[in-house]
Amino acid sequence: MPENDPKQPHDEGSGVSRREFLKISSISVAAVPIMGTHVVEAAGEPVKVYGPGKVPVELTINGKKHALQLEPRVTLLDALRDHLEITGAKRVCDRGECGACTVLMDGKAVYACAVLAIETQGRPITTVESLMQGELLHPVQQAFVDNDASQCGFCTPGFVVAAKAFLDKHPQPTAEDIRRGLSGNFCRCGTYHGIQQAIAQMAQKGV
Amino acid sequence: MPDYSWPAAEQRTLIGKRVSRVDAPLKVSGRAKYSYDYTRPGMLFGKILRSPYAKARIVSIDTSAAEKMPGVKAVEIIQKPGTTVQWAGDEIVGVAAVDEPTAEDAIRVIKVQYQQLPHLVSDAEPPAGVGGVPGPMSEDDIWDATDLMSPPQVASQVSQLGVTFKASPDVIDEFKKFGLPAEIVEAIQKAAYHPLAESSHSASWYQKASALHQGDPDKAFAGAEAVSEGLYGAPVITHCCLETHGSTAEWPDKDHLLVHLSTQNVSGIPGQMAEPLGLPAANIRQQQDHIGGGFGSKFAADRWDITAARLSKKAGGKPVRMMLERDSELQVAGARPSAYARVKVAAKTDGTLTAWHSESWGTGGPGGGGMPPIPYLFNIPNQHKEHTAIRNNIGPARAWRAPNHPQAAAITMCALDDLAAKLNLDPLELFRKNLGITGPRAENYREEFAIAADLMGWKDKWRGRGQDRSGSVARGLGLSIHTWGGRGHSSDCDLTLHPDGSVDIKLGSQDLGTGTRTCILMVAAETLGLPIEAISLYIGDTMYPPSGGSGGSTTIGGVSSSTRRAAVDAREGLFTKVAPALNAQPADLECVNGTVRVKSDPSRSLSWKQACSKLGAVPLTARGKNPDKSKPPDLTNSGVGGVQMAEVEVDTDTGVAKVKKIVAVQDCGLIIDLKTAESQCYGALIMGITYALYEEKIMDQLTGRMLNPNMQFYRLAGISDIPELVVHMMTGKGYDERGVIGLGEPPVISPGAAISNAVANAIGVRVPFLPLTPDRVLKALADHNLD
Repeated sequence: MPENDPKQPHDEGSGVSRREFLKISSISVAAVPIMGTHVVEAAGEPVKVYGPGKVPVELTINGKKHALQLEPRVTLLDALRDHLEITGAKRVCDRGECGACTVLMDGKAVYACAVLAIETQGRPITTVESLMQGELLHPVQQAFVDNDASQCGFCTPGFVVAAKAFLDKHPQPTAEDIRRGLSGNFCRCGTYHGIQQAIAQMAQKGV
Repeated sequence: MPDYSWPAAEQRTLIGKRVSRVDAPLKVSGRAKYSYDYTRPGMLFGKILRSPYAKARIVSIDTSAAEKMPGVKAVEIIQKPGTTVQWAGDEIVGVAAVDEPTAEDAIRVIKVQYQQLPHLVSDAEPPAGVGGVPGPMSEDDIWDATDLMSPPQVASQVSQLGVTFKASPDVIDEFKKFGLPAEIVEAIQKAAYHPLAESSHSASWYQKASALHQGDPDKAFAGAEAVSEGLYGAPVITHCCLETHGSTAEWPDKDHLLVHLSTQNVSGIPGQMAEPLGLPAANIRQQQDHIGGGFGSKFAADRWDITAARLSKKAGGKPVRMMLERDSELQVAGARPSAYARVKVAAKTDGTLTAWHSESWGTGGPGGGGMPPIPYLFNIPNQHKEHTAIRNNIGPARAWRAPNHPQAAAITMCALDDLAAKLNLDPLELFRKNLGITGPRAENYREEFAIAADLMGWKDKWRGRGQDRSGSVARGLGLSIHTWGGRGHSSDCDLTLHPDGSVDIKLGSQDLGTGTRTCILMVAAETLGLPIEAISLYIGDTMYPPSGGSGGSTTIGGVSSSTRRAAVDAREGLFTKVAPALNAQPADLECVNGTVRVKSDPSRSLSWKQACSKLGAVPLTARGKNPDKSKPPDLTNSGVGGVQMAEVEVDTDTGVAKVKKIVAVQDCGLIIDLKTAESQCYGALIMGITYALYEEKIMDQLTGRMLNPNMQFYRLAGISDIPELVVHMMTGKGYDERGVIGLGEPPVISPGAAISNAVANAIGVRVPFLPLTPDRVLKALADHNLD
């Protein structure tokens, strides 16, 4: 289990997490289910409640704005995959444990399954799909290819995004930095050896 | 006849080199599409209601509220009332709705009444004297029997065996209420009462496999110079594929089904779906570009896939996506059987093995399962083996990478390591001493041991048990060896040369991430003298010629052989067309560097494109097959050996074991792509560290459910758990000429045994069962200190 995982959205101060949302929604369950928003009192404070039906949500994905109608309970991951057909981020654990759905929010790595789509409004999201420049792979992607850092490839997009975010922050990582910084992603085929080599290669290049 | 044999080493331009996998750019950029990624306009989302009980009879199902829910398009009862559910998570009802939240809501309003029945989810050592003759029947046994036999047969069995419960009026009423046929009820009322609940459960849960005997073990043990006894084993683990099982199904018209099913067995899917759906297999098309892990668990069209197809039909043919949730994936979509054994092994003082005695047990779920192949690899002359299969309610087992071998290796290699410790021998010496009884790969192991020992620094590092410590940190070394078959499966390959010079290849195979695509292209490119990029490859579709399922490390031998034969035949066909233009005989031509030229006079040549223009208007397609006795030689082979050594550090205060280094030396005949071959080994070592230290499907005895069906508590190794890994592939003379042999399974067999042996060497005492978790390490130390 990753210690001090930098990708847990609570650390980012990103507003309402999925778990907190569930608490709020259980408070509002007695409220009349109408479209859009309304306000209920929870713990003595007025809380704006969305849904439970579909509400308008505007997402900024890879620099493009998308207007969607989503239930507030829809995660960013499901919005990307099932509503926008942006399927690079994978659904594996669906509860913030494995990293296969890693995307960048405000330039920082987050688990897209642990963030509600509605909470990412106004915050730019970058997915693995946008890393290529035309037909040219991003240097991190090329390093993954060169070092055979994928097998079945299902964890790979999450790892690539996590690796990019990590290298942006630690351009000259030590081996120990790599082990710590990428411990929030799991692979079942066992491609960690190639991933270590790929990131070490990037570090040597000073990217 | 053309020469189909693999090119000689000095002629190879691609085979045996390190080539980057061709689909890596798609995978690193998120463009690779998996079954889970396949979306269609108007697609519906499928969900399954699953049993909360490990064993229960379904009494009634009410789906009316779900059917009325807006957005729900189809509801399908999977198991009808009256059926007995045999594991928690078993499928009861399927639903398809316009979106996933609606499907989830629909599942929640379905009402199912169950009659709970006693379950067993433990695989602890069976109580003495169980198994064999069936005892009197419990209520549970009677219900089970009604699933298998006609009412008169059940009634007759009840009369013969008696019952374990008092047939009070209440009990009889209960039976009647749940619809037990009258003649069975009557038999129960008349049956003899034997209040032996335990023996009844024993009859249904434990099955004694027949004992196996070889030589004269009693005599050998009586005269043994040394005997070592121990307890060893490996628990049930899951496959935990990152892409869960499932599919998307749609009916383009009422007679045709299109499925995108995540599978290791593309060509085999239509045949499996045909009968349950009442549709000719020819009318079913399966497509898959990429698969997110299988490891042996994805050969079948599962019940949820059949359900998706039925829901789609009910919904007018609309696509229905039915992918399992993570918890279901871990509960029901694949488990490796457990295996445990009490072992006695005898040897001479010089380490020569003389006798083996084992009493083993384990579970593969409701089916029980067989004896693991112990003693593994070493055919000890005198043996006695008994096995008890536990038929419990944990869910069915599936093939797990190298089925039964990792468990057998963990039992055998650990027993031999303990024996070496008892004899005060270096285990490397004991293993080498007995290589003569390992079969045809003995010399291969000898060579691999020398290389592995060198790469590990075994001679300098190895100490006796518990003798390399500083403070609370104990260091140790361990080893293990393994074998596998890996002969190529049946495979058909169509290779087409087009008049414009383009080339395509079609096979109904699949690439599990092992590098299958890359290897097919390397073989074809090598044969045609073209760069890999000049060839288009199409796999993963039942529209293409059939190829076997990817299991048992059979794919590489199959597809490389069929592709080689197709490419050689296509090349010969091209030579025939081109020969007149070069004023040569077809046999005098060769394909080199994108040209077709005369061997004796390379200046007489045509570019590839010019050569293909001689085909005329019609493309040339050659069908290559494996096996194909009419086109010798045999291009694939069977039987590999591998040696692994592990170095660990164990903190005896905390019980935490860390792997510091693993060396793997492996052969697999002629290697096509050295890069992806090495990756198979690296990956297998990492998977091996995972099952050696972390993985276990933990069942709750009370509720009968899995306690850790998520990726937080079903622990996989992470990048920070990975030590120095050294992989050495055996190549060159003595290996290459054997032909192509599979590699997926063998390197995953030894890590558990090697790591367990290294931990025993470090702390001076055996931790009996994998995974070697801190609590088990500490208990083993405590038990030892108490001795």
